[in-house]
Amino acid sequence: MRNLLDAYAEVAGPDAIDQLRQLAAPLRGKKIVHVNSTRTGGGVAEILNRLVPLMQELGLDTSWEQIAGGDEFYRCTKGFHNGLQGQSVSIGESLQRAYEEANARHAEAHRESLEAADVVFVHDPQPALLLRHCPRRRGKWVWRCHIDISRPHRPVWKYLRPIVDEYDGSIFSLAAFAQPLSHPMYLVPPSIDPLSEKNVPLERAEVEAVAGQYGLDPERPTMLQVSRFDRFKDPVGVIEAYRLVKAFVPSVQLVLAGGSATDDPEGDAVLAEVRAAAADDPDIHLLVLPADAHRTINALQRAADIVLQKSVREGFGLTVTEALWKGKPVIGGDTGGIRLQVVDHHTGFLVSTPEGAALRIRFMLHNRAKMEEMGAKAREFVRENFLLTRHLREYLALIVALISGNGERIVLN
Amino acid sequence: MPAKHAVAEPFAVKDCALMAIATGKRAQTLREMRDCLASIDAASIYYHFWGGLLRPKFVDPEYNNDFAAWARHALHDSPLAERLGVIDPTAYDDLEALRAELLEVVETRLDDSAHVPWAKADQQFSFVRSQIVVFDTARRIERPEALSEHLPQLSLGSVFYHFIDARHRNPERYDDFRRWLERHGDEHAGLWRDLAAVDYYFVPLSALRAQLAELFGRYFALKVVA
Repeated sequence: MRNLLDAYAEVAGPDAIDQLRQLAAPLRGKKIVHVNSTRTGGGVAEILNRLVPLMQELGLDTSWEQIAGGDEFYRCTKGFHNGLQGQSVSIGESLQRAYEEANARHAEAHRESLEAADVVFVHDPQPALLLRHCPRRRGKWVWRCHIDISRPHRPVWKYLRPIVDEYDGSIFSLAAFAQPLSHPMYLVPPSIDPLSEKNVPLERAEVEAVAGQYGLDPERPTMLQVSRFDRFKDPVGVIEAYRLVKAFVPSVQLVLAGGSATDDPEGDAVLAEVRAAAADDPDIHLLVLPADAHRTINALQRAADIVLQKSVREGFGLTVTEALWKGKPVIGGDTGGIRLQVVDHHTGFLVSTPEGAALRIRFMLHNRAKMEEMGAKAREFVRENFLLTRHLREYLALIVALISGNGERIVLN
Repeated sequence: MPAKHAVAEPFAVKDCALMAIATGKRAQTLREMRDCLASIDAASIYYHFWGGLLRPKFVDPEYNNDFAAWARHALHDSPLAERLGVIDPTAYDDLEALRAELLEVVETRLDDSAHVPWAKADQQFSFVRSQIVVFDTARRIERPEALSEHLPQLSLGSVFYHFIDARHRNPERYDDFRRWLERHGDEHAGLWRDLAAVDYYFVPLSALRAQLAELFGRYFALKVVA
């Protein structure tokens, strides 16, 4: 049976895979543990679903754990998430206690493997407290922050900062997302998996069938935003942009496709706001898709004429990468990691308002040739920079750096 | 070129991964930029001039160094961006000389300005430093003729390491290919001079690789004819 690495060589090129093997050679047998809070839903779980087996195939003894808790735990961590991204939140003592208890329980059950690991990657704040419950840890611990914490709500950061500062290093997607910490702060943008259900090439018939299933007219232009129902993603702003376009292009239709993540308790409330904003417009399609609807999202992205990610705060924005990979220029909010991917007039447009989005949508709908040219550039841009193989290479280099010391130059023999 | 070595060792092809590490230092105004430039680790200046070649970045950037791009897109100061953008790091003996030139351009602009240019809070310049992990590809090339066949297949990391990074670590301050050619005496002096003439700063690594492959290929094709 063909292994995973060979499959990636066909998309990313054999050299990229050779690099991975060479970097991984001195790390064979090292125990690596990833810990996050969900196995499905959200970009972190998607990346780990493939990164972990690839690390295993390269000879690293890699495992993946998920911290779990009750309703109060998830409300607390959602509060952390919003607070770290700058929203004013109040997290009561009982929620904080639930957070601390969930971390203590997980540590109790997994202490042996965590303390024996050579490197532990702790993703986001949910499991961050595990470190304090593993006093006899022998390896390096790294806090992987997937969100933009450049302007955090101070009380939340005041609580979390001393915890994450105890780690041996941290990883941020962009330099602008980082907060000053006393350890090395590595910068590693995330990536998409070109072989996943969400990104594999699809037959035209399958794309049309999915569009038809959700009542989309293939003869009419389609705008799409794929994201959780989260205020930072500004779904209501997307509806405003759609209405501004509709005045000039009456045939346009809008799809807001939201996945749900098991660790997001606010999704229902935001969805209700979006339903109210959509009112009874038959050309607005609100799709609440299950967490495993990857192939459906793939088809919707391929069926769309215009892809938006009109976030007002964004960690990296993997849905942008996915759309670019499918040859779709993206109209994205001028924030966070979207800036790294959307290059004005080359791979899409950066906008700050619904009005700005509407203007660019109309431009693209009237300049199809330009849109195709931008789409081709966008796909190559992703191939060179944002595929999983590049991400894995940086993790391997980082493991080498952590184990070898913090010099400017590390030479492997 | 130095005298020929008794036996030229095979060329060992290395590869590298450039790790980016945030320093935590940021500048929001041009004056803060000046202050940071004066004290920041030289590895950060290296990163902001050279790191763009190995990190996610659009292939056709408007400016080749991060300082110029920030001046244009965050400060909206086109004259400053143009003056910073034209700085060619290969023209300076070392990173300290490059730092001095950056400071000169920034301080001149501060002297000329009626107010201190500033950026929005979310457009601050974040200083990043680099850390290089070098690894061996296990590929060995016995003769310069064979290198011309291997060049098109070298990874971009290998091209960076042997042709660009080499200038910062080799005492002679030039690339690994020329160092190796020297070990074959004057036999390939023409190729050595051609390599010395390559203007490598303003091209992406993929174009540099193609240029080097073409240069080697043409040189050895002509040698066979001769």
